[in-house]
This record gives sequence, C-alpha cells and structure tokens, in this order.
Amino acid sequence: MKKFLATALAVILAASMFTGCGKKKTEEKKPEGTKTEEQTKLKIGFVSDQGGINDKSFNQLAWEGIGKAEKELGVEKNNPIESKQVEQYQPNLKTMASNSDLTVGAGFMMAEAMTEVAKQMPDKKFAIVDASIDSPNVLSLLFKEQEGSFLVGVIAGKMTKTNKVGFIGGVEGPVINRFESGFAAGVMAVNPEAGKGLMPIDEKTPGKTVKYIDSFDNVGKAKEAAKMLYNDGCDIVFHAAGGAGNGLFEAAKEMKKYAIGVDADQAQTVPDAKDVILCSMQKKVDVAVYDAIKNFKDGKFEGGKTMNLGIKEDGVDVAPTINPAVPKEVMDEVAKYKEAIKTDKFVVPGTRKELVNYKAPQL
Amino acid sequence: MKQSEDRKKSSSKFKDSLLNTLKGMLFPISAVIFALFVSVFFVMWAKNLGFGESASLLFRSLWKGSFGTKFNFMETLVFTTPLIFTGLAHSLAFKTGLFNIGVEGQFIIGMITAAIVGQIPGIPHILHILLIIATGMLAGGAWAWVPGILKAKLGTNEVVNSIMMNFIGMYLSNYLVMGPFRKPGTASTQLIQDSAKLTRFVSPNDRVNTALFIAIGFAILVYILLWKTTTGYELRAVGTNPDASEYGGISINKNIILAMVLSGALAGLGGATHTSGIQYQANQLFGFPNFGFDGITVALVAKSNPIGVIFSALLFGALNYSSAGLQVVGIPSQIASLIQGIVILFIAAEYGFKIIGAKISAKRKKEAVVNE
Amino acid sequence: MEKVVEMKGISKIFPGVVANDNVDFELLKGEIHVLLGENGAGKTTLMNVLYGLYQQDAGEIYIKGKKVEMKSPKEAIDLGIGMVHQHFMLVHNFTVAENIILGKEPRSGMNVDMKKAVKDTKDLADKYGFNINPNDIIEDITVGQQQKVEILKSLYRGADILILDEPTAVLTPQEIDELGVILRNLVSQGKSIILITHKLKEVMSISDRVTILRRGKVVDTLNTKDTNIDELAEKMVGRKVNLVVDKKPLNAGKTIFKVEDLQALDYRKLPAVKGVSFEVHAGEIFAIAGVDGNGQSELIETIVGLRKPTGGKVIINDEDITGKSPRQISEAGIAHIPEDRHKRGLILKESLAENAVLGNHYRAPFAKGIMMDYVKIKEYARKLINDFDVRTPSENVSAASLSGGNQQKMVAAREINKDPDLLIAAQPTRGLDVGAIEYIHKRLVAERDKGKAVLLVSLELDEVMSLADRIGVIYDGKIVDIIDRKDATEQKLGILMAGGTLKKTQGGAEGEAIRG
Repeated sequence: MKKFLATALAVILAASMFTGCGKKKTEEKKPEGTKTEEQTKLKIGFVSDQGGINDKSFNQLAWEGIGKAEKELGVEKNNPIESKQVEQYQPNLKTMASNSDLTVGAGFMMAEAMTEVAKQMPDKKFAIVDASIDSPNVLSLLFKEQEGSFLVGVIAGKMTKTNKVGFIGGVEGPVINRFESGFAAGVMAVNPEAGKGLMPIDEKTPGKTVKYIDSFDNVGKAKEAAKMLYNDGCDIVFHAAGGAGNGLFEAAKEMKKYAIGVDADQAQTVPDAKDVILCSMQKKVDVAVYDAIKNFKDGKFEGGKTMNLGIKEDGVDVAPTINPAVPKEVMDEVAKYKEAIKTDKFVVPGTRKELVNYKAPQL
Repeated sequence: MKQSEDRKKSSSKFKDSLLNTLKGMLFPISAVIFALFVSVFFVMWAKNLGFGESASLLFRSLWKGSFGTKFNFMETLVFTTPLIFTGLAHSLAFKTGLFNIGVEGQFIIGMITAAIVGQIPGIPHILHILLIIATGMLAGGAWAWVPGILKAKLGTNEVVNSIMMNFIGMYLSNYLVMGPFRKPGTASTQLIQDSAKLTRFVSPNDRVNTALFIAIGFAILVYILLWKTTTGYELRAVGTNPDASEYGGISINKNIILAMVLSGALAGLGGATHTSGIQYQANQLFGFPNFGFDGITVALVAKSNPIGVIFSALLFGALNYSSAGLQVVGIPSQIASLIQGIVILFIAAEYGFKIIGAKISAKRKKEAVVNE
Repeated sequence: MEKVVEMKGISKIFPGVVANDNVDFELLKGEIHVLLGENGAGKTTLMNVLYGLYQQDAGEIYIKGKKVEMKSPKEAIDLGIGMVHQHFMLVHNFTVAENIILGKEPRSGMNVDMKKAVKDTKDLADKYGFNINPNDIIEDITVGQQQKVEILKSLYRGADILILDEPTAVLTPQEIDELGVILRNLVSQGKSIILITHKLKEVMSISDRVTILRRGKVVDTLNTKDTNIDELAEKMVGRKVNLVVDKKPLNAGKTIFKVEDLQALDYRKLPAVKGVSFEVHAGEIFAIAGVDGNGQSELIETIVGLRKPTGGKVIINDEDITGKSPRQISEAGIAHIPEDRHKRGLILKESLAENAVLGNHYRAPFAKGIMMDYVKIKEYARKLINDFDVRTPSENVSAASLSGGNQQKMVAAREINKDPDLLIAAQPTRGLDVGAIEYIHKRLVAERDKGKAVLLVSLELDEVMSLADRIGVIYDGKIVDIIDRKDATEQKLGILMAGGTLKKTQGGAEGEAIRG
C-alpha cells in the first residue's frame, strides 16, 4: 500500500509540475494569436444533438456547411460540442455562445434550450436547424422535406415493379412526418396502386408499408424493418432514419432490392451501397447553414425569421447521383413535378392530416 | 482522570473512523488520479502535443469546465443532483444485496410523472412541489415494486426484470409524451406550471435549484434509515446474511420488496425533481438519459455510503458536465467517458481483489482450522 | 526400536499464524501414536507437511533414517506414507474395488483387469481383517465402511505409515471400537500409525504413545500407559480442566414443549423428518443424539419456523406454533443457538453490538418505534460480553474478527439472555476448544438448573452423556427410542444411532445390534 501511495504521490507531483510549465507556455502564446485574428475573423460555433457531428445526417451536414464557410468566407470555426444528454443542450449552447459570434444548433429537441439561452444572451446570434423559434436573435432554418420527398416518391412510383414501396422513419415527429407525407404523395401522383400501402389509416396511424424504428442510430432495427418490408413485397424503400438508415442499405444489398437515401447524396457518402441506392432526397442543411453564415458576415442576419426552405429556395432536391437503372423518361417526369412545385401549381402535404385529404395533382 | 481518558478514547475513536473513511476513499481517489494520468496520453495522441502541454490542457479544461467558473460550477451541481438520487437508490439496493438496474426506468417514470402532475393549474407552490415529490416517489416506487415482488414471490432475477421495466418505462414515457400530453408540433409535453418549478436560488439564469438540497436531505435521511432504524437494520441484515436474518425473525421477502420500492422511490424522486427543477417538461426519449446507469458507479465509488454518494455524485457530475469544456478546446469528449471508464475498472478490480482475497484468506483459515 | 518417521524442528508459518513452531515428532515402527491438541493447535498442519501437502519453512524430515524432501504427496506415497483425510475422497457411484484401484489400476492389455482388482481388494481386506465386500457401491455403505475403504486405498498403494485425521468424528461408538481392532491388527503386521484427534478417551483406548501440541508447539510426548485423561486435558488446554459437568439433581417440572408427529422435507424435497414426537419438561435437558444427517438439522429448522412442516404439531406452553414465522415462534418463548453460527447465528460483517440484538432488534429497549437506540444496544452488548466472557477488544468490532469459541459464546449469550422458556442448542460446541466447550456446557446446565427447558442436539456422545437428562436417538428422520440418562450407556446409544433396536428384557434394556 505504501508503495502505491508513493507512486500516486509522484504522479501527482509530476503532473502538477507539467501543469505549471504548460500554463506559462500557452499563456505566452495566446496574446499574439488572438489579437490579430479576433478582430478580423468572426467565430462560428456549433452544438450538435446526441447524433454527433459524424451522424451522416443533418448534424454532419450543418458542420460541413460551417467548414465550407471557414474556407470560403474567412470566418473561424470553433471546436464543436456534441451533446450527450438533452439536459446538456442549454449549458453547451451557453458555453459555445460565450465564445462565438454566431452559434448554430441542430435538432428540433434543442428548441427550448435555444430559446432560453438566446433570451439570456441577447447580444449573441444564433441559428437553429429543424426548429422554429420566435426570438429576435435566432434564425430558424426549416425545410420543406415533403417537397423533396415528393420527387423521390415520383421516382419510386415509376420504378417499382411489384407495385409496392415502403418507408422507414426514425422517430415519430413533425419533421419525419413531412418526409413520410411527401413521399406518399409523390408515389400516389404517378402510381396510386403502389401508394396504397403508404397512405395513413387515419391521422395518427401510418400505412402498412410505413415503419418507425424509434431510433436514429439503431442500424439493426432499421435492417430488420427493411427486411420485413422487402419480404412483404416492397422493392423500393425510402428512409428518413439518420444513421440507422445504413441498415436499410445492408438489407437492400442482401436482398437485391432498391433503397432511397436521405439528407445527403448517399450514393456518394455511402459508396458501398451505391448500386442499390436508386437516388437520394437531398436536404441541403449545409447550404442553408453556409448561406446563414454568409448573410451574417455580410451584416444581413435575419434574426427572428423562420426560413422555410423548399424546392424553390433550393433547400431540398433530388441529389445529383441517380442510379443508372432510372431511365431518362422518369427523370423528365420528376423535372415536370419539380417545376410545378416551384411555380406553386400545387401544395405537397406535410402532415398525415393533409395527406389523408390529399388529391394527386393532374399535370 | 476518567473523563480525560474517555475523551481521549472518543477522540481516538473519531480519528479511527476518519482514518477508516479515508482508507476507504483511497482506492477511488487513486483510481481517479490514475485515470487522469492515462487520459493525458490520449490527449497527447488526439491533439498531437507533448506530455506537459497535454496534461496542462487537460487539467485546466477539466477544472475550468467543471468548477473553474461560476457558471460551470453551477451547471456541475445541476448534473450532480440527479446522480445523488440515483446513487442513493443504488446504494440502498446494494445494502440489501440487490442490484436495482431499473433505477434508470424508475427515474424516467419520475420525470414523466412530474411533467404531468406539474401541469395541474391552480395549486400553491409549496403544495405543488410536495405533490410532485410524493407522486414522483410513488411512481418510481411502484415501478420498482414489480421486479421486487417478482423476485420475492417467484424468485426471478431482479436484474433481468428491472432491465425490462427500463424499456417499458421509456416507451410508456414516449407514448405519453407523443400521445395524450404532446405539445402540438413538438416532441415534448407542455411546460409545467410556474408553481411546480423548483426555485432557482442563485439566479433565474443558473439552473441550479432546490433539488440539490432535497437530494442532500435525502442522503442524510437514507443514512439515518440505514444506520439508525430497525428498517435499516433489517435491510442491511438481509443484504449481508439472509440466512441469519431469516433466523433472526427478519422476513427476507418483505425486505427485498421494501428495498426495491424505497430504491425506486429515490430514483423516481430524482426524475421528478429533474423535471421540476431543470427540464420543466418531458421530452421524447431517443435513448436512456443514463442518470440511472451512472448512479451505479456513483454508488460503487461511494461504497454505498449515503453521505459518500454526495461527493461521488459531485465527481461524476463534474466529469459528465466537463466534457463540453473539453470539446471547446478540441479534446474529444470521449476523454471524460474514458476517465469514468478507468475509474469503474479500478473499482471493479478492487471488488475482484477483495473477492479473491477473501477466498484466499478463507481457504487459509479453513486450512488452519481444519488442519489443527 | 526403529524410528520410521522423524521430524526435527519443523516450523510452518501462515500469514498471521504460526501453525507449527519448532516441532519435533517421531514415530516408531509398529506403534499407534496420537497427535493430540485443540482446534488450531497445528496437528493437521504438521501431518500435511509430512504428507507433502505443505512445505515446511524450517526443519527436516527423516523417513526410516533417510533425510527427505517432501515436495508433494507423490513423494510421500512413494516413501510408503498414506493419509486418510477427515473428508473422504471417494467416487460415490463406483464400487469399493474400483475406488481402491483408482489411479493404480491393474491392466490386461488396454483394459482394466477388474477381476484382478476385486481379488486384490479381497485379499487385502482379508489380510488385515476388514469385513468389506469389494463389489458394493460406495454410496450404499456406511460411513464407517467408507473409512475402511480409504484405509485400504492407502494400503493398496503400499503404505506402511498411515496417518488418520480425526477418524472417529463420523463413527458410532461401535464403529470406533471396530476401528481400534483394525488399527491393532495393522500394527501387529508391521504398520505404523499416526492418529490425529482431540478426543481424550480415544487416546487412552487406542494409542501407545501420545504427543500433545498446543498453539503450534509440542508440549510433551508421553507413553499412554503412564498418563491419564486429566493430565492429558491439562497439557492440551494449558490449565486444569473440569471435565465433569456439575449438575443439580433432576427436578423436572411440567411439560413446556411438545412435538407431535412432526414431518418435514429437506432441500431436495425428500422427507427428512418422518413423524417425530417428544416432550421437553421444565428443568430438564432433553438431548437428541444421532449420527449426522439423520434429520436433526431439518427437525430444528422446522421447530423454529425456518422450514415449513408437512405434517404434525409444535406446541409450546399449550400454544400451537406449527408453521408460524420465526419471529412469532421466538416471541412465543423459544430461543435457538443454531448449529451453524456462520450461516445462521451471526451476521459476520456487522458489529457485535448489532449481532447482540439480532431477533430482538425491533423491540424495546433496543428500538423505539422505528428508531434504534444504539446507546442501549451497545450497553447491552457490553453486558453480554462481560457476562459470557467473550474475548473481544470492544462491542464495535465485526463478529468475523472473533475466534470461533468467542463467536459461539456471543450467540449463546444472546439466546440465553432472551430468557426463553425453551432453549434449543444445536451442536453448541461444534469446532470449539475444550475451554469454550466447558463454558458453554456450564451455561446450558445453569439454564436447566434455573428451571428452563433445554433441547440439545449433538453429534458428540460425550456431550449428550454428560449433559442430558433424557436422550432421544434420531435415526433416518425418526426418534427410534427415548431413554433416561441413568439407563443410557454409550453402547446402547451406539446401537440405536446405527438404526438398531434395544431388546427389552425384564431386568431393563439390553443392547443387541440388529442392523438394518
């Protein structure tokens, strides 16, 4: 025991010595670095939700948008903070904001915390992805996921050979419901038979070929749900389940069926699965965040405003990488619908309630 | 003369007990020191810095991120509070020889109960708080009663059952949040009434609130319960030697159920005060909030001593919370988990050594006794 | 005479214990030499050193005049040493012959030559006068027979020096006599025998010489014929011991306690108590004698509520307490010194003070409502410690830190101080040294003399004979007979304990073994 104590003591002593040395060094360094840069460069902070910055989804995209801004706009990005628990949002945002000019937060779960912190720090600017907050110093970035989903729904409706397509959602909620509703509407527009299974039974109960896995990171559950859908006769499945969506791709590869990616151009980000990915619904969080930073830098920060980014605003779209199996005629059809949405010819349903009352547009 | 002797005796007794406590804490403390030491190498690797710089960066950020600024210290206390409750819940179960891994689920049930009860309008502040405390404890206790009675009556393992109850608790909470109590357009319940909010006594902007005092109060209560009451005597007796307890007229089944219910009540109270002090609403859960699981380590480090739990919760609250402070300077947040992991490993190793040591000494004793 | 074993200056130290301290020991050819000593005196350690199970820290061993290093039992066996342990090491579903040849099988080609094995066993048994059938299965024969198999195993491996560790602990008096005959037979054929025991009577009846150990040191080596029990006891304990328990003449009162046709199952759910009936009167000690495993433990557990009865009645002071909880039964006036103080009697990790009130902890003056009064509890613990001479630094140390004797005193103190109408003492002196045994016996008799009813369960006939007023012998879950102490002899009890019956003749009971 004595020996152990002695070693422990030695370690503490050594450590404290190092601490002493280290402190001086960094303190000496700091002034030169900060003085010149801090005056010129704006600091951008980022707080992720539990998904983390490598979630292959909106956290990652937001972080990429900030990275692009640093390269092109001459702003400085701070080290990001990944939240581990819901209750960490608030202190994390506060910590980040105290050292940043603009703080970006991702995820609708962060809404309450962001509201509170924005109130406490009125001289700082904030931006939030996927939530709408009514604070003068917060810019809210919402997406019309239903519009992009509508377009991939058109592709799915045209491409299906079994006349059955499926959808896998992460966790029930307003955002994911927009994916579901838009996708179903898109399929219904071109192939009402294939869209049957996607149509909700009532406002609260999703259709038979719609599965929610209650998770954004459980790959196994997504794979299981995908296999069930494929076994059930679906030959194309679209997912809005974040990182868990990789399970869908695995199932598609195993069973030689098609999948549709989400958020990013997943044929690029998940190259392993590019053969089974028919196309992806791109949600351009990176672009939106980049634009927000650009506006902020140019002194055009729109605090208090909620951006609803749809096809018209180039917030959502079909990702550029299209599977070669998709013929040109289908993409022409997609272009037609895209134009119609852009010119407000019809409104894509964003909730199950709207979906139930939805009539497919005749173009 | 005699008096002075007595005084001497009592002062040496005090010294002894202090020494024993310190001796008990020696292992966890050295574990933390060792864990910090090891973490430095990971920082060196992650940040590509020398040992001195890494150590300095790590220790400064850890300190700053947990106790170094007033705001961070207040937030550390915020993260400490629920851990005190869950640590107490585990300690009480450990003392009765049970492993209530269901603290997590009981905590969740406490949170959702408070989120619902907190919405009732028109109740005076004090009454509303008391109501939330009572219903939170009741709900958590009821949740733990199920595995308790299953163990007592059917002999099924409380660990397996309470793990299942964790999932049921989480999904029930999600159902309530996304179903009957959903605030439209969100994944949360409505905010609770102001009368149901625990007082934030430092400032409205600092989330630290009276839940901390409730937690410390309950730590003392649990201490008294365990060491000064007949109930505690029976719980501990069942925990250390069920055969002798049975012989001494102590019902094993009754005490198993009681320990589970009390443990669950503490966990439920932790969840309830977390809602009414911090969250003000219940959110849809994508995974376990982990306060219940972290409580296991808190109790182990504190050696199931209720007063020790306060300090051990402070340690883990600080480590949990400081991960943000680490990330700000670019140290991977996993370092905080790593430190906790090493501490757990140490504690587990100590328990392992003890079991092996006990076996060896028992064997020797047996040899010495049998081979007289 | 030739010295077959000579151990010089043997020391063996375990952490915290000096088990053997410069011990000299010698065994002559053809003698039975007893190693006598209390628990923990270092007898078995010394023999384990000789058998190669332990290596000595100092000292030398000579076998037949040659210095040897005993690194393992293999060397010992090669040198002709055999050891029969207290716990037999036999394969239970093998036959006697199979057990004896195990590890040294006669072979014919690839196969074990069973015919030769049976013949060898038979020859060996005949040669030394063992009455044993080589084809019996071990689990079907008695403990006494199993012991013979163990001895034969050693002889089969060519042992001419035999070490027997507490060989009589599991035997009935008749079997002990039989063992004596066998051992005599062996030495007459040139074997030499070391016998480890703490039972003085056996020393006198079986041995030629005796070496007494106390606290790891040799006290003396004596010729048995030149000494007597009192001298041996004094040398073993280190002070004068009063081996005879003083009892007032029996003054039995009314029936306090009654068991009627009690039945219960053991942990395997097989009948263990098969219809037991007896009464215990005020002012008497009623002893239940029997060989271990005949339902004693289950009987007591059923009486005190730790085991549910499947039939029958338990009555104290005319109150039916059958199937009640331990607490209710304790409150009805029964206190119980359990047979296993570590398992039942004490919470070893807790303090003596907490242990002092186990079973009473919820009652005044130790508790008021749910709050416990630790001042009163500690006071009470100190009183028990004083009254029963428990050797401990204080009432705050854990029960585990006490020696077995002091632990047992603590349990006895607690139970006797409950002031019960019936005191049950189950094997109250198991594993204790002579001093502690003497003390516990005295306290039990004191309770009897005070007019309490005492129910004693013991595996030691000596204890039964010296304490009991009436004796019930239990065999296979039934009380086979109840006899008055004044009519009882070891011989009679031995027959009953082995399942035999006593033929009643006019002049009183006369023993005759009718083996079942």
